[in-house]
Formats: sequence, structure tokens, C-alpha cells
Amino acid sequence: MTEKLKQRNQYKSIKNGVFYGIIGFLAAITLISLIVIVGYILINGLSHINWEFLSQEPRRMGKEGGIFSVIIGTIYITIVAMVIATPVGVAAAIYFNEYAKGGKVVSTIRFFTEILAGIPSIIFGLFGFAFFVVFLGMGWSVLSGGLTLSMMVLPTLVRATEESLKTVPMTYREGSLSLGASKWQTIIKVILPCCKSGILTGLILGIGRAVGETAAVMLTVGGSLKLPNTIFDSTRSMAVHLYMLASEGLSREKTYATAALLILMVLLINTAANFISRRLGN
Amino acid sequence: MKSYEKVIEKIILICAILSTLSVGLITVFIFHSGLPVLKDYGVLSFIFGMDWKPTNGQYGIFPLILGTLSVTFGALIIGIPTGIACAVFLVEILPSNIAKIFKSAVELLAGIPSVVYGFFGLAVLVPAIRTYFLPIYQIFRPEATTTGFSILAGAIILAIMILPTVVSISENSLAAVPHEYREASLALGANKRETIVKVLIPAAKSGILSSVILGMGRAIGETMAVLLITGNMPVAPKSMLDSVATLTGTIAMEMSYATPTHQSALFAVGIVLFVIIMLLNILAQLMMKRMGGGQ
Repeated sequence: MTEKLKQRNQYKSIKNGVFYGIIGFLAAITLISLIVIVGYILINGLSHINWEFLSQEPRRMGKEGGIFSVIIGTIYITIVAMVIATPVGVAAAIYFNEYAKGGKVVSTIRFFTEILAGIPSIIFGLFGFAFFVVFLGMGWSVLSGGLTLSMMVLPTLVRATEESLKTVPMTYREGSLSLGASKWQTIIKVILPCCKSGILTGLILGIGRAVGETAAVMLTVGGSLKLPNTIFDSTRSMAVHLYMLASEGLSREKTYATAALLILMVLLINTAANFISRRLGN
Repeated sequence: MKSYEKVIEKIILICAILSTLSVGLITVFIFHSGLPVLKDYGVLSFIFGMDWKPTNGQYGIFPLILGTLSVTFGALIIGIPTGIACAVFLVEILPSNIAKIFKSAVELLAGIPSVVYGFFGLAVLVPAIRTYFLPIYQIFRPEATTTGFSILAGAIILAIMILPTVVSISENSLAAVPHEYREASLALGANKRETIVKVLIPAAKSGILSSVILGMGRAIGETMAVLLITGNMPVAPKSMLDSVATLTGTIAMEMSYATPTHQSALFAVGIVLFVIIMLLNILAQLMMKRMGGGQ
């Protein structure tokens, strides 16, 4: 009897070992793939990032020179997108959390916002191309791309703002209202100041998404390498530039440098968002 | 209430509607632009046609669908066990302070732009498959050849890309399993492994399942990475080392030089993609809701 029990225990401990081994192995793979991807690109790319690369305009389709106009184009598109998306997103979140009284309409609207978050970027690109570029006649431009991107970052913004609106205690609202402030005054002077860091986090996450977006930008902004003067000019974002360089095999070092710079920017942006949202948590 | 406040309230309402309206607008425009080709060409011959030769006016997207499906399922086969294992590891095994660091690393993975993954695949994975994996594969199938641009390369990169989705949602639903379940199971004499496999994972089933569906949606919708590494050959694949073209990659690649009919056909590809993704998303939403209601 004890023999059998011993055997069973042995069998069990082998099973445990295999189970934990597999789980640990798979988790390690996840971590290693992250380190390998980021490390490989940074190691190959960082040495080619220098002042000339950042400050010169691209020559011969990006084969030589730097990526100055591409960096400016990226910033330009992102700013346009965020300027459009932020007020709409914050207002929508305020409506959902402060005005809407629940019910079917709100849950339907929520459902659609959630779905908006799952639509792949190429569909946004197709839509932006059909609607902004062709139908509204904006052409390939910073404006078309900014509008398309603003639709893409809306769900992130709405959700982040809503989450932080929810954390404002009900007593704040009641206190403000009982002092004679109107609902709007309460929102502007009491509730929104409490949500500053939440909204900022959403904003930064949206910027991160806008900077890294490729497919939708490619179809709506075009690929001009010239410095954009107005929002009606075509330009090229860093992500699109990376794609062009990689797919056409123009210059190995410029490709790695662009990829490294892109990763650095996105990491920086996401770290900032993390930092701010953690401060909100405290 | 002051009169301007009423105006503000209206503006806020408009913003809320605007953020919803975009889904409708997207649907209308994609369908409006793609339906003519679907009507002229016939839905069935469009979806099940085996030849995608836009220059000849042949718009059969079945090879593209096969391409998307093969890459997606490859990614799921690799990504889902890894993701779930990772989630279990995070929730049940790692001490919480180390788990936090691990978690932010996984979140980092989600922030990397897809075109960077594609570039990594192009620079590392594609040559590696050509020079290292092919000889091993040829031991079993001597006649196999590959350029490296393949289903396998796409599946591996997509698997890494869906990991954050699978890990974070699975992890949340595992963490949401009430502590009593664990205690009860352990009190009955089950060990930790048995508790994880027989109690926790079944209890978190619907959350894990919805993470799988969302991951699948992400894999199907992913564009830039697959565009750079799957080779873009609109031919039905025969092995995992063959090049394929996907629905998304074809749209992104051909849109810039397409003739009007070809463009409309690409929009029709967009319709197919849109419908698939919508169905998956709605399924995942309902799943999540059920998970929320069950507790």
C-alpha cells in the first residue's frame, strides 16, 4: 500500500515538474522575444543615429541624408490627430459618465465605441481614403491622415477619460452642487481637474498609437518626402518611411536607424503614460 | 440652468454621437465603394474564385482568404498556449512584485509598432528560415524550397504580436477567479497544478476564450507585418514554407496603383475583412459580458 502511494507521489511530482517546466519555458519565450526584438533593432540602429541623420532632409528616396522632414511630418500628423480627437473624446466621456442616465441608448453607443477599437487599421485607411481623400477632396494630406488617426485614437481617449471620471467620488459632485454650482461649473471646476492625469494618460497613449500607425497613414497621407508646409500637403510618417525603406531595401543602416528611433519614441511615450497613470494611482 | 449650459450640453451630446457615428460612417463608405464589384462579379465567384489577377480583371479572393487563415491559425497555434501559460505564470506562480515588472514588459510588446515587427521579421526571421530551418525541413521533405517569405515567418511574428492581447485578458480573468475556489480546491487535497488546470482555467474559461477571439481578430487585421514577410503571392499555399498574400496585405500593397475597378475590388476585400472582424468582435464582446454577468 505504501509502495503504491510512494509511486503515485513520485508520478505526481514528475507531472508537476513537467507542468511548471512547460509554463516557465513558454513565459520565458515571451520575455526573450521582447528582449531580442527590441535589443536587435536598437543595437543595429542606435550607432547610425547622429545629428546629421536627425537634421538633414532625405536624399535619393531616403537612401542618403537624414529623416528630418519625416520627423516633422510625423509630429505634424500626430498633432492634427490629437487636436481633433481630444476635445471630442473628452466630451464624449463626460457625456457617458455625467449626463447619460444609463439605458439602452448609452449601452448601444458604448458597444459601438468598443467595436471601433477592434477595427483593423487597414480598414480605417480604406475609409480615410474613400471619405477624406476622395469624397471630401482633401487629397493625400496631413489633414486626411490626422482625421483618420483621430478616429482611431478616440476609443483609447474615451476609455481613459471615463475610467478617471469614475474614480472621482460622488461626494465631490454633491458638495459642489450643494454649494450652488451648476452642473457644468461642477464638471469644469471640480471634476475635470481631478481627472487631469487620467486624461493626460489617454492622450499620451493616443499619441503613441498615432506615431506607430502605418497602414492607415500610408493610404491617407501619401508618401511625399518634402517638408509639409500646410495641413493640405502630403507627407510621410516615420512608420511609413520605415516600411518604404524596408520593402525597397534602399539602405540597411538608414532602415535600422529609423526603426531604432521609432522604437525609442514609442517606448518613451508609453513610459511617460505609465509614469503618469501610476502617479494617478497613488 | 443658464442658457449657455444647454448649448454646452448639446455640444457634448454631439461629441458622444460623433464618436459613435464613425463606425456607421466607416461601414457605409466601405460598402458603398466595394458593393459595385461584388454585384457585377457575383459574391460567390468573388469569394470562392481561385484567381486574383487584377490586371486580367479576375477578382477571386479565395487564395487571399486562405493566406489570411493559414497565417492566423499558425499564429494562434503558437501564440495561444504561450499566452495562456504566460498568464498562469504571472497570476499563480510569480511573486506579485516580479509579476508587475513582467507585465509591463508584455505591455511594452503591445506598444511596438507593427511595421517594426515586420522589419524584424524581414531582417532576421526570413533569412533564418531560408538558411537554418529549410535544411532541417528538407530531411523530411527533400523537394521543399523556400525564399523564407512564408506562412511560417508570418505566423511566428503574428504570434508575438497577439501575445499581449492574450496574456493581459487571460491574466485579468484568471485574477478575477474568487479566492475561495483556490482555497476550496487546495483544501480538498488537490495540489497547485491540479488547482490551476482543473479549477482556475475552467473558471476563467470565457475570459480566456474572448482573449483568443480578440487575438484572432488582431491577427486577421494585422497589415504591415504580414505585408513585409509573407511574400504576397496570391496563390493557394501547399506547405507552411510557401508564400501567401493576405487580405490586408493585398489592400495595402495594391491600393496606390489600382485602376478604379481594381480599387473597388480592393474595397470589396475590405468588406469581407470588415465583416469577419465585426463578427469576431461582437462575439468577444458578448463573451466578456457573459463573464461579467457570471460573477
